[in-house]
Amino acid sequence: MTRVLLTIGLLTSIFCSFACVQKGGNATTGNTGDTIKVGVYADLTGQTSSFGQSTKNGVELAVEEINAAGGVNGKKIELIVEDDQGRPEQAKTVVSKLISQDKVQAIIGEVASTNSLAAAPVAQDAKIPMITPSSTNPKVTEVGDYISRVCFIDPFQGSVMAKFAANTLKAKTAAILGDVNSDYSKGLTQFFEEEFTRLGGKIVAKEAYTQSDPDFKGQLTKIRNLNPDVIYVPGYYGQVGIIAKQARELGMNMPLMGGDGWDSPELWKLGGDALKNTYISNHYSAENPAPEIQNFVKAYTAKFGVSPDSLAALAYDAAKVLADAIKRAGGTDSVKLKDAINATKNFAGVTGSITLDAQRNAVKPAVVLELDPAAGKFKFKETIAPEGAATSTTAAANTNASGANVANTSATNMNATAVSNANATTNSNTATTNATR
Amino acid sequence: MDTFVQQLINGLTIGSIYALIALGYTMVYGILRLINFAHGDIYMVGAYAGFMLAVALGFASEPSAFGFVVTLVGAMAIAGVIGMAIERFAYRPVRKYSKMTTLITAIGMSLLIEYLFVFFFSGTPRSFPQLLPNENITLFGNATISTSQILIFVVSILLMVLLQYIIFKTKIGKAMRAVSFNINSAKLMGINTDFVIAFTFALGSALAAAAGVLTAQYNPKIEPLMGIMTGLKAFVAAVLGGIGNVPGAVLGGLLIGAAETLVVGYGGYIGIPSTYRDAVAFAILILVLLIRPAGLLGSNVQEKV
Amino acid sequence: MSSWVKSLITAVVLIAVLYVVNAMMSTGGFFGTGIDDYQARLLVFIAINIILATSLNLINGFTGQFSIGHAGFMAVGAYSSAYFTVTYGKAIEASLGSLGDTVASSIVLLIAIAIGAVVAAVMGLIVGIPSLRLKGDYLAIVTLGFAEIIRIVILNIDAVGGATGLQVPGYANFLWIGIFAIITVVVIHNIVKSDTGRALISIREDELAAEAMGVNTTKYKVTSFVIGSSFAGIAGVLFAHYNKFLSTNDFQFIKSFEIIIMIVIGGMGSMTGAILGAIIVTLLPELLRQLPDIQVGAATFKFADLRLVIFALILIVTMIVRPQGILGTREFGLSWLKRPMRTPEGTEPTGSDEGTPIAQQAEARRLESEEDKDQ
Repeated sequence: MTRVLLTIGLLTSIFCSFACVQKGGNATTGNTGDTIKVGVYADLTGQTSSFGQSTKNGVELAVEEINAAGGVNGKKIELIVEDDQGRPEQAKTVVSKLISQDKVQAIIGEVASTNSLAAAPVAQDAKIPMITPSSTNPKVTEVGDYISRVCFIDPFQGSVMAKFAANTLKAKTAAILGDVNSDYSKGLTQFFEEEFTRLGGKIVAKEAYTQSDPDFKGQLTKIRNLNPDVIYVPGYYGQVGIIAKQARELGMNMPLMGGDGWDSPELWKLGGDALKNTYISNHYSAENPAPEIQNFVKAYTAKFGVSPDSLAALAYDAAKVLADAIKRAGGTDSVKLKDAINATKNFAGVTGSITLDAQRNAVKPAVVLELDPAAGKFKFKETIAPEGAATSTTAAANTNASGANVANTSATNMNATAVSNANATTNSNTATTNATR
Repeated sequence: MDTFVQQLINGLTIGSIYALIALGYTMVYGILRLINFAHGDIYMVGAYAGFMLAVALGFASEPSAFGFVVTLVGAMAIAGVIGMAIERFAYRPVRKYSKMTTLITAIGMSLLIEYLFVFFFSGTPRSFPQLLPNENITLFGNATISTSQILIFVVSILLMVLLQYIIFKTKIGKAMRAVSFNINSAKLMGINTDFVIAFTFALGSALAAAAGVLTAQYNPKIEPLMGIMTGLKAFVAAVLGGIGNVPGAVLGGLLIGAAETLVVGYGGYIGIPSTYRDAVAFAILILVLLIRPAGLLGSNVQEKV
Repeated sequence: MSSWVKSLITAVVLIAVLYVVNAMMSTGGFFGTGIDDYQARLLVFIAINIILATSLNLINGFTGQFSIGHAGFMAVGAYSSAYFTVTYGKAIEASLGSLGDTVASSIVLLIAIAIGAVVAAVMGLIVGIPSLRLKGDYLAIVTLGFAEIIRIVILNIDAVGGATGLQVPGYANFLWIGIFAIITVVVIHNIVKSDTGRALISIREDELAAEAMGVNTTKYKVTSFVIGSSFAGIAGVLFAHYNKFLSTNDFQFIKSFEIIIMIVIGGMGSMTGAILGAIIVTLLPELLRQLPDIQVGAATFKFADLRLVIFALILIVTMIVRPQGILGTREFGLSWLKRPMRTPEGTEPTGSDEGTPIAQQAEARRLESEEDKDQ
């Protein structure tokens, strides 16, 4: 008898739950309204919530500007933001919510490649275009033709710094200190190592940390004994500032190098003088006096009370690229919109001129910047165009496809950056990313 | 040699932080048999309280010993009050129930603090101002120690001595020992157990807040979720030393800190890459518990019928 | 009707229901009515969480062992089986091609489930034999530690994706997951009602007395731990092959806590309580997403941003108001509905004071005796 009761209980529970979900479901009316619904999913409460917050802010700012200017094709953009707690399982859940319940017509997200990889198949299956502002793992856009990105991919950025270390800094040996939980960090580590070794250098140590580590001196002391010419730290500003500081405390004065994850106004406060003799690769310099960039920095600071970091700038660009594509597609028909996004060419964003290649990756040249903590600004060192990166890895071969565009882009960009040296402010633009902790 | 000394200094720095937090875990456990999962978050609350005090009172711009002491004591006081409030409103009502209930309440409290802080301060890491000038002192060879590390050692030792004094030389300390020995008999002896428990929470929370401020002098990045892993490792340290045992918590904290750093520094030679750092604390704990189930300094009590 | 006929009918009805619900999830729906992706996902997670909660309930609720690292065993099952399907899944499917796609993929899934269950069980044995010597909080922290070690080890294995995560073929659907949820509930229910179950409950009530009565406590504790771990492994397999993506971020200790919350909120030592808890913990955070925005002057205050704060508050308040969980150790069923009619009003033992479940009374007694001796 109990068994029967038990099964009845089970059944009732299942039906109850089903009813609950149904009730929760009928919130929206579909795409009949006079707004264009865009879904954003980001980590707003988990361990990477600072990235998610920046992303959300960047998109919100872009949408506010677009709507203030009359919207796209006469329709306002309506944002629906959902929190995924930085968990891939949740990312997938909220994307299916955005698509099936809120009936969004396009999606922007996520920062961490892990979360984007989990959620992208949902968007692909539902044929809803998804632009990821800052997931750098090459696998993300390989999910399908509805998935695109506006940032670098890891193979390119990792090899840029390897080239810079070997050719410009004439380094023979390097140590790498990466974030074990972040696939951004792992990706950069892998491609830096490949390229640096190919150029005749030697990786003497590969150490790891996690974001929750209270100090990094253990790893640094170990590296100190091997005395490498440079240390590559492909991490995020929250940790790298401290790493630089503690390295200097240990008397290690060799150059430190990093990626666009370093780029944040907070870096100067965390690292201080220790940031002397450090170099990063970035999309391009934020001190660029070009009006659209300075306006972005000004508007962002006014709206949110903090200066934008690279993730905010990329999210801003992702939203602008989407709006531009909707305009060109003449609506939100998913096939046309996808094609329009994928045909994005020389779009002037705050993170540089964005052109999507055949693999839907943004092709932009990278610039190497030197950090100047006294003035709190970046100094332009050199530009490295994507073509070179392609030789080292198969994944990077993607970038080759649009060689012609690249030439264009890099030319314009170089000008922009050259000018930027003169200028000062702390800031950011750019980036790539994903992180998973 | 100098590298080994350097690694030891690094490890003991972190170990002192773990020890300070572990003291709170161990005192609360000693009295209530409650794993206070929210204690790691109190460490974070302490760091934020210090941050806001330092910014509000203007100590951020000019390093001074006075500013540091005011920030430290202020943060400890704020965290102490918060700790008491948590005990009063969340733990006291469930004290008489089963362990599972109190454990879930503690987990719920931990989640509540974390999400409230994420909501109000966002997850963006903040940079804690340097309250005392930081310099490097070369000991010998390559081994160096920074003033912020010395500060951590000195303040932790002072606080631990103070704690020993409170527990063994004051009236309230005697009451604490009585309550942890047997709460019902203590009540019969006329001890206000509710007050003693609240005091224990305040004391533990204040120590955690001190750890928060000290860590922030050494590693100025503070964020709402910084207490999760550190808190968990401090808890491991408390269990390792013998939970409920004050010197055990200190020993456990220093051991975990040193072991972690030494694994990072030398683990590569025995096939443990530095990526396993977070697993080390747990592995040591499991090994120790299997050999000495009550922890290193814990008394092994046989259960009677 | 003999009882096996009843069981058979129940089973057929249940599977038919699952089949219909499953069909409603596919594109086009079932006779025009459909369940969208999001609702489908939540239903699937309810089923997976039921497996997790009932299996943990066997360890925590019925045997009284304090395990808080269940997500570790889930991860073991998920990753071991995903490694198998990613590496050999296609090949096996191809070699079984003559049986048709559905049958072939079902066979692969069943092999994967077997692998996940066995690997998780072995892991449960490895963890259980040494750590079950420990009691109470020590056991809790050791299980939590093992779960973290498992996660960190997996994170460092590049063959299963490391930090990037692993893409897994999607062999599992709601039908399979629902069937396994029912199997889990029935198996664990039968264990609890069997001699073994009585031995387990005797350990929960008083371990020393149980031992004195000739119950081999070590054996039974390890048995329940291994069975529980094995079902957690199955839940992991189903999760991996439904979610189609694995990342160690989904197996952090917050996941273990969630499973604990399910059984405590529903009522420790109650089968239906665990099921109810699984449903609540899956749905509540999602329902809180629907909280309205409130306009305060010019600023909009988004209540939905506070959903996790509200979730935590609900948790604490539930524990304060109803410490034994919603159902306590009772089972939800028809007899439960009938009971107030049988007992005159007022004499029904309810509330935390008189109605404290035996387990809690025993715990309280044990605590007191512990306090007498401990120092």
